[in-house]
Amino acid sequence: MKTIYSSFEQAVKEIHDGATIMVGGFGLVGIPENLIKALVESKVKDLTVISNNCGVDDWGLGLLLKDRQIKKMVGSYVGENKEFERQVLSGELEVELIPQGTLAERIRAGGAGIPAFYTPAGTGTPLAEGVEVREFDGKEYLLQEALKADFSLVRAARADKYGNLIYRKTAQNFNPMIAAAGKVTIAEVENLEDEALHPEQIHTPGIYVQSLIKGEQEKRVERKTVRN
Amino acid sequence: MGKQADKAAVREKIARRAEQEIESGFYVNLGIGMPTMVANFIQDNKEVVLQSENGLLGIGKYPTEEELDPDLINAGKETVTAAPGASYFSSAESFAMIRGGHINLAILGGMEVSEKGDLANWMIPGKMIKGMGGAMDIVHGAQKIVIIMDHVNKHGEPKILKECSLPLTGKGVVDRIITDRAVIDVEENGLLLVETAKGFTKEEIVESTEAELNISPDLKTEAF
Repeated sequence: MKTIYSSFEQAVKEIHDGATIMVGGFGLVGIPENLIKALVESKVKDLTVISNNCGVDDWGLGLLLKDRQIKKMVGSYVGENKEFERQVLSGELEVELIPQGTLAERIRAGGAGIPAFYTPAGTGTPLAEGVEVREFDGKEYLLQEALKADFSLVRAARADKYGNLIYRKTAQNFNPMIAAAGKVTIAEVENLEDEALHPEQIHTPGIYVQSLIKGEQEKRVERKTVRN
Repeated sequence: MGKQADKAAVREKIARRAEQEIESGFYVNLGIGMPTMVANFIQDNKEVVLQSENGLLGIGKYPTEEELDPDLINAGKETVTAAPGASYFSSAESFAMIRGGHINLAILGGMEVSEKGDLANWMIPGKMIKGMGGAMDIVHGAQKIVIIMDHVNKHGEPKILKECSLPLTGKGVVDRIITDRAVIDVEENGLLLVETAKGFTKEEIVESTEAELNISPDLKTEAF
């Protein structure tokens, strides 16, 4: 069935210099914490990373950034990271910003075999420059192409040995689309269960997942907000 | 009152006025920053479902220390709770519901709005670009777009302009502007002043607005 790794070093071993990787998560929620750390340790470089955000200075994708392992970052919001700013301004890091909904749909399209689609987001803005515009019912839309990855790294709360995944609360975010859009998808899971998951509860069917590894999550909180 | 307190009072005034845009039964998306504050003022007699574009329909209160769950945040990355009847879903589903026109109202912040309803709120050339997040999708998806912002910038210059000087977030997308001084609707034939805030005359508002303002025959003065 699925490859089940016991070491994170092994899990990321095939990820090579220059690879395009997608990484699940929104902010620090739902990121595959240990797979990212293993990539840092692997010293793999010149990565193109597709992920909604780029972590913070000392956690998540920010760790890969700090070690200059990322050549190009594709995301929708990267404002939480000072090192990111420094590398972009000095020309060390290439960045492509995509509206969040367009990013989610481009990844979804990548996994779903749809090469491109039209969306209204970005019409009449600098993002429309050089992009095909088409009118439907009197409204303008931009042609946007699908995104795929050599490797997709996702995190789920629960998995079974068939590769079926269930996410927890808002830790789902980009993970399901990213799981489907990778040639090789590695899922880091909080619980790898002996029993098969209930078929009605599965978010990501096992067909999208090539390998699994159980990982303890730190789950850092970016903006702790509480009421009294 | 100190300057900070002044600023907080102004933000609260705008947020309270923006709350009046929300009708019972609405599904609403609130932007990050001042728009998020609007949630604090939603009247108890309204049944409102708040959507968070990171995959939550039904944002609840902020958690207590005991309820705090690192897997449960809003789009501003603040820890939240889920309200009764809430659902979780992927980012693709979230933006399908936004783009598909299912959200009744979005309240967002703005840097500049033009008389044609163009909105600029995501980048200042020469400054670090942080990204547009979901704003460019939301402005085309929600049934009504309300922008809340200060009437003038920190240099006292108008933010409601004939043409936006900053790169756009969306063209012709704004329906209504609520500032500390006025409520202005974007109409076919230009901007329409519909309400003035306490402490500001019609003339002062026209003076501090670069774009041409039509005055509503039903203008409400000292409305909020």
